[in-house]
Amino acid sequence: MSAILKMISQRLALGLLTLWVVTIIIFMAVELLPGDFAEALLGQAATEETVAAIRRELGLDQPAFTRYFLWLGDVLQGDFGRSLASDRLISELVGPRVYNTLFLAAYAAVIAVPVALTLGVLAALYRNSLYDRSVNVGALAAISSPEFFAAYILVYFFAVQNAWFPAIARVSETTGFGARLEMLFLPAVTLTLVTMAHMMRMTRAAIINLMASPYIEMARLKGVPRGRIITKHALPNALSPIINVVALNLAYLIVGVVVVEVVFAYPGLGQLLVDSVAKRDMPVVQASCLVFAVTYILLNLLADILSILSNPRLLHPR
Amino acid sequence: MATATHNAWKLFKTAPPTAWFGLIVVSIYVIVALLAPFFAPYGETEIVDVAGLGVGDSEKFLLGTDHIGRDVLSRIIYGARNTVGIAFVTTLVTFLIGAVAGLLAAVLGGWVDQILSRIVDTLMAIPPLIFALLILTIVGTSVLNMIIVIAILDSTRVFRLARAVGMNVVVMDYVEVAKLRGEGLWWIIRYEVLPNISAPLAAEFGLRFCFVFLFIASLSFLGLGLQPPTADWGSMVREMSTLITFGLPTPLFPAAAVALLTVSVNFVVDWFLHKTSGLKT
Amino acid sequence: MTMKELERLYAANKISRRDFLAGAAAVGALGAAGTLGAPSARAATPKKGGHMRVGLGTGSTSDVLDPATFDTTFNQVLGYGTLRSSLTEVTPEGDIGPEIAESWEASPDAKTWVFKLRQGVEFHDGKSMTVDDVIASLNHHRGEETQSAAKPLLASVEEIRADGPDTLVVQLAAGNADFPYYMTDYHLAILPSDGEGKVDATSGNGTGPYKLESFEPGVSAMTSRFENYFKGGDRQHFDSFEMLALTDTAARTNAMTTGEVDYMERADLKTVHLLERRPGVAVLKTDGTQHYTMPMITTQDPYTDNNVRLALKHAINREDLLEKVLRGYGAVGNDHPIGTANRYHADIEQRTYDPDKARFYAKQAGMENLAVNLSAADAAFAGAVDAAVLFREHAAAAGIDVTVVREPNDGYWSDVWMVKPFSMCYWGGRPTEDQMFTTAYADGVPWNDTFWSHERFNSLLVEARAVLDEAKRAEMYYEMQQIVRDEGGVIVPLFASYVDAHTDKLAHGAVGSNYALDGFKLAERWWWA
Repeated sequence: MSAILKMISQRLALGLLTLWVVTIIIFMAVELLPGDFAEALLGQAATEETVAAIRRELGLDQPAFTRYFLWLGDVLQGDFGRSLASDRLISELVGPRVYNTLFLAAYAAVIAVPVALTLGVLAALYRNSLYDRSVNVGALAAISSPEFFAAYILVYFFAVQNAWFPAIARVSETTGFGARLEMLFLPAVTLTLVTMAHMMRMTRAAIINLMASPYIEMARLKGVPRGRIITKHALPNALSPIINVVALNLAYLIVGVVVVEVVFAYPGLGQLLVDSVAKRDMPVVQASCLVFAVTYILLNLLADILSILSNPRLLHPR
Repeated sequence: MATATHNAWKLFKTAPPTAWFGLIVVSIYVIVALLAPFFAPYGETEIVDVAGLGVGDSEKFLLGTDHIGRDVLSRIIYGARNTVGIAFVTTLVTFLIGAVAGLLAAVLGGWVDQILSRIVDTLMAIPPLIFALLILTIVGTSVLNMIIVIAILDSTRVFRLARAVGMNVVVMDYVEVAKLRGEGLWWIIRYEVLPNISAPLAAEFGLRFCFVFLFIASLSFLGLGLQPPTADWGSMVREMSTLITFGLPTPLFPAAAVALLTVSVNFVVDWFLHKTSGLKT
Repeated sequence: MTMKELERLYAANKISRRDFLAGAAAVGALGAAGTLGAPSARAATPKKGGHMRVGLGTGSTSDVLDPATFDTTFNQVLGYGTLRSSLTEVTPEGDIGPEIAESWEASPDAKTWVFKLRQGVEFHDGKSMTVDDVIASLNHHRGEETQSAAKPLLASVEEIRADGPDTLVVQLAAGNADFPYYMTDYHLAILPSDGEGKVDATSGNGTGPYKLESFEPGVSAMTSRFENYFKGGDRQHFDSFEMLALTDTAARTNAMTTGEVDYMERADLKTVHLLERRPGVAVLKTDGTQHYTMPMITTQDPYTDNNVRLALKHAINREDLLEKVLRGYGAVGNDHPIGTANRYHADIEQRTYDPDKARFYAKQAGMENLAVNLSAADAAFAGAVDAAVLFREHAAAAGIDVTVVREPNDGYWSDVWMVKPFSMCYWGGRPTEDQMFTTAYADGVPWNDTFWSHERFNSLLVEARAVLDEAKRAEMYYEMQQIVRDEGGVIVPLFASYVDAHTDKLAHGAVGSNYALDGFKLAERWWWA
C-alpha cells in the first residue's frame, strides 16, 4: 500500500507543477490574442481615450510580467480575484457553473458508463454475431455525428415533435433535483451518444484481447460457460484499459461539453470560458482553465490508482 | 512483386463481408474525392438557383440547394475532397508526432520520458477546444495552421497510447537482446517495437480519424474552421442545422457522409486488428 | 377556392398565414380570417397581467448593468427599456416624445437646450428622482475617466447644469438641432446618483417600468412590475418580464416552436418561412435604420481611386443579396447610410448591378484585372460571410476577382474592421442623419471606417447641424447623401429589417423601429391579448 501512497504524493506534486505551467501557457496565449479586455469590451465603439481609461482602472497598463506575478501571488494566497467584466468574485461566478457542469457530467456518466460496459461485454460475448455488428455500427454512427447534430436531432424528436422534454435547460439555483433531471435529460443523452462508443469499443476489444490467453483457454477446456468466462475471468483482467478509457471520457464530459452547453443554453463552465476568452477576461479564463486542469489531473490519478488496485500484479510489484 | 500482389489478393479473399464493405466504401470516397469535378453536377461554389430548395423540389438538384443557392450534392462531393483530405493528413501528422515521441519516451526512458510526458500532461490538462480556439485566433485559420494545431493537440492521445504499449514491448527479452547486440535506436524501434504495437495504434487511427472531423465541426460551431466558400461536411451540417427543427432532411446528408465513412474505416481497422492479433475464434 | 379549402390548407401547414389572409380577402371572408391572431389582437385594448418570456439572440456572461458599455441586445433591453428610462423617447411612430423630460426648447442657434423634468418620478428603491440624478447620469459618459462608449456622443457638451429643481440646461459648443434625439440613446439611461455626482450603475435600480428580481449574466434575468412607474396605466401590462439569453439560433428556434419562450429575437432567416407556417407563431418584421456596409479604406490603394470604388459599387448584385442573405427581409441600399425609415431620406436613383459599368470604371482606373481581398466574419452581421461569397460570384462576371478572407469572429472589431482595407461591417443606424454622418463619415472622427474626407460634405455637415428650418435641412441632407453615394468609400448593399417571432397570443400597437425589439421597450409596450 505504501507504494500507492508514494505514487499519489509524487503525482500530486507533479500535478501542481503542471497546473503552474498551464497558468503560464494560458496567460501567454490570452496575452497574444489580438486586442485586450478594454478593446474587446467596447468592440466597435472603442476609442483611444475610453480604452486607456479602462486600462488605467483595471491596471491593464502594467507590463504583462508584473500582471502575471501579481495574479499568481494572489492565487497562492487563495484569492482568485474578480472578473474584469462584471467585477464579481471569481468564486461566486465560477462556483455555480462548476456545480452545473459536474451535475451534467455525472448525469451523463450514470447513463453512459453502465450502458457502454454492458453493451461492450455483450458484444464480446456474442462476437461477430448480428448483435455485435449492429451495436458496433450504431455506436460508430453515433460517435461520428457532431454533438450539435445529435443534440438537434434529439430535440426534434423529443421536444418539438413530442413535447416530452424541454428543448432548453434553463436551470437556476432554485431548480429542484427532479426538475433538473428532466431538463437535463436531452443534454445527458446527447453526451451519452457521443461518449458511449469509445468506452464500448474499448471494453469489447480489451475482453477479446484476453480471450486468446492460455488461462482463458484453460477455463474453456474445463467447460466453464462463455458468459462466466467473460465476467469472472476476462473482465477483472481487462479492467485496467477500461478504467483508463472511462476516465478519459469522464474528463471529456466535464471539459469538452461547451457545444452542448450552447445548444441547450445551459449555464456551464465551458460557455463561461468561451465568453471570457472573447472578452479577454483573464482572471475568469485562468480560473476556469484551472478547474478543468485539476479535473483532468485528478481523474487521471484516480484511474491509475484504480488500475493498480484492480490488478494484484501491479499492486505488489516484484 | 508478383508474390506480393498474390499475397495481398489472398488476404483480401479471406476478408469478412464487413471488411469488404469498408474497403469498397473507402475506395469510393477516395475516387470521388480525387475526381470531384468529374462527379459533381455543378461547381463547388457556383450559385446555381434559388436558395433553400428541399430534397425533390427540383429534378435538377437531387438533394436541393443550400441557403445561398448552391447545389447540396455538388458541395457534398467537393466536401469529400476537403474534409477527407484534411482529416487524413491531420491524422497522419498526429500519428507521426505522437507515435515517434511516444516510442522515444518508451525506448529511451529516463529524463527524455520525463520531459515528454510532462509536456503531454500539460497539453492534455488544457481543454483542447479552448486551446485550439486560442491558438487559431492568434495564428489565423489557414488549412495548414488548422492541420498543425489539431495534430499537435491530438497527438497527445497517441503519445500516451504509443508510450504505454511501447513500454510493454521494451521490457521483452528480444528487445534486450537487440540492445545487447548493439543495434541502434532507430533499428530497435523500426524492427522490434513498431511491428509489435501496430495493432493498437491502427485501432486508434480509425477513431482518431473520425475525431478530427468532429473537431473541425466543433471549431466551425465556434466560428473558426475552414475558409469559405470551401465545402466541408461539418460546416455544412452546422449551416443547415436549423432545418432539423422543421424536420427537413437536407442536413442529414453531410452528416450521413461522415457516419458512413467512419463506420467503413473502422470496419477495415477491425479486420486488420483481427488479422494481426492472431485470434482464431 | 373556398374558405373551407383555405382553412384546410392553413391547418395542414400548406400555406403561410400571409397567404391565408390574402386568400381569405380574395374570397371575401376577412372577418373570419381575422380571428386567426395577430391582426385582430393589434386593435384590441391592452390588458393587464401575465408573465412574458423573451429569448434574446445576443447575451454574454460578461454582460453588465452599467449602460456605459452595453453591447448585447440582452443588456440593452434589460438595462435601457425595462429597468430604466431616458430623458426623451422615440415613439413607436418614429417621432421624438417626452419621457423623464416633459418638454424642451432650444435657443435660436441650437446651442442651449432647456429640458423641463417631470416631477414625482420614483426610483425602484423609493428614492425620488431629482435633477441631480439626471446630471450625474449624463456626466457618467463624460470626462477623462469615463469608460463609456457614448463619450463621443456627448463630446460637444460644454456644460450641464440645473436651473431650479425641475429644469436641466445643456450648453453645447456648437449648435445641434437633434440634441433631444441624442437623449434617446440607449447608453444615456437615467441612474440614481449618490448625491456626490457619482451614479449607481450596477445595481439595476432605475425609474423604468419593471424592477430587477434576479440577473445571471449570459443566462437570464427576471423582472417584476414596478407599481410606482410614472407612465402608469397605459404601459407596463405584464406582471413580470423574463429574459433568456439563447445565442444559438437553432436553440432559440427550438424554444420558440416548443413554446418555452413567448418571443424570440432574430429569427433564422433561412427557415423563417417554415417558422411562420407553424400554428400559433407570428413573424414580426420591423424596418429600421440597421444597415450592412462594406467599407473600403480610401487612404489605401487601390481604394484611393474613386473609379475603383465605383467599379466595386457596380459589381454587386444587391437584389440577389437581399433575396439570399436576408430572404427579402429588408431593402436594398444605395451606397449611403440613410434609409427610408429616416426623416430626410433622399429619393436618389437606385444603383443597380451593372457588370459593364463596373468593367468601365475598372478600366478608367487603369486596372482591367482588378483583384481585391474582402475580409469577412459573421461577427460583422449574420450572413456576412455568405454575402461576401455571393459578391465574389457577382464581381467575377465583371472581371473583378474578389478573394474572400474569413477572419475569426473573435477580435473582429479590433483587428479587421478599420484595419483590413476592405471588410464587412454593420451599423445599427442612428435616429438622425446628423448622428449617422457624424459618427462614421465626418472627417477625422474615430469611427470613420473609410478614412474618407470630403470638403463639401464636411462643411455641409457642420452647417446643417445647427439649422432648425426643416426644409432647408432636408435640402442639405439630400446633397450629402448624393455625395456619399457617388464619391464615398462605402458600399451599402442592404438595409436589414429586424425579424423576430412571437406567439400570436401577444398583442402590440405600432412597433418602434429605432432599435430592435420595439425600440428595446417591448416590456412596457406589449400585452397578452
